[in-house]
Amino acid sequence: MHELSIAYGIVDIVRQYVKGPELERVRSVRLKVGEHSGVVVDSLEFSYTAITADTELKESRLEIERIPFVIECRSCRKRSETERGVVVCPDCGSTETTVVSGTELQVLDIEISENGSEVQ
Amino acid sequence: MSVITIERKVLAKNDEFAAQNRALFTKHKLFVINVVSSPGSGKTSLIEQTLKELAGALPVGVIEGDVQTDLDAQRVARYSVPVVQIVTNGGCHLEARLVQDALGSLDLSSLRMLIIENVGNLVCPSNYDLGEAMKVVVASTTEGDDKPLKYPAMFRNASVLILNKIDLVPYVNCDVKALRANALSINPSLTIFETSCTTGQGISQWCDWLRTRSTS
Repeated sequence: MHELSIAYGIVDIVRQYVKGPELERVRSVRLKVGEHSGVVVDSLEFSYTAITADTELKESRLEIERIPFVIECRSCRKRSETERGVVVCPDCGSTETTVVSGTELQVLDIEISENGSEVQ
Repeated sequence: MSVITIERKVLAKNDEFAAQNRALFTKHKLFVINVVSSPGSGKTSLIEQTLKELAGALPVGVIEGDVQTDLDAQRVARYSVPVVQIVTNGGCHLEARLVQDALGSLDLSSLRMLIIENVGNLVCPSNYDLGEAMKVVVASTTEGDDKPLKYPAMFRNASVLILNKIDLVPYVNCDVKALRANALSINPSLTIFETSCTTGQGISQWCDWLRTRSTS
């Protein structure tokens, strides 16, 4: 259950970029989370809600964009979405592959309401 | 609505501490491994066997991560090596800052190698860079042959796989060939050793490899 410490990491980042009364107007924090980032999205959302409940960020929520696990074969150049994080090219069987996406864990942006009335 | 663009890794702060640790390790020419596995796969036993084999030849320090106790540090201390215990008090993984705090208790200039034993957990530690040269994942035959497929992140981020408790193969439901194939399908560049901390099988090959890496 490292989602709690990841949720704290997200709150730290938000607090670095948004200060003072503006914090109460944060509506969403948009994240990129890879299918193989090792993070359970439900636990992360639960953790974030729990640690922001009695704070200026209580009106904010996480908006999570899932990124599929994609590899690129260096032999046949084909890109494929693979299951379970397997890095063997499903087309030619080569193991000479590069992970293109699916391990991300990134804060993309923060949405702030202009006047504080746009509660979603 | 206004939008502030950030595009920053959530674990960027951990990565900063890890980079500081890595710079310190480079300065002291220290080879550092981060040993990860599920609980009970034999990490501490492997470290004990490694210390026994390397005794006198290579000055090694150990950082032990544990959720609750210092039992592992007590075991390791019997080999007369400097050891620091980090108790995470429930935390499921080590973070770079915790390691940095622990480094203050070690004389790095007197060491050539540092072994960090992470908390037993095949999920969370894979996300946290501690500044190590490589992650070494221990999978024991009693856990079965499907672990690489069930916990791919850990096997993807490791450089070495130790197949431990290899002496128990005749008694357990584990196909070593399948285990190897599963691990290599997640990470084809894994270096694999088969070991038994009971019979000593494979320990010298593993330690020879460590010696080569720590002096290169």
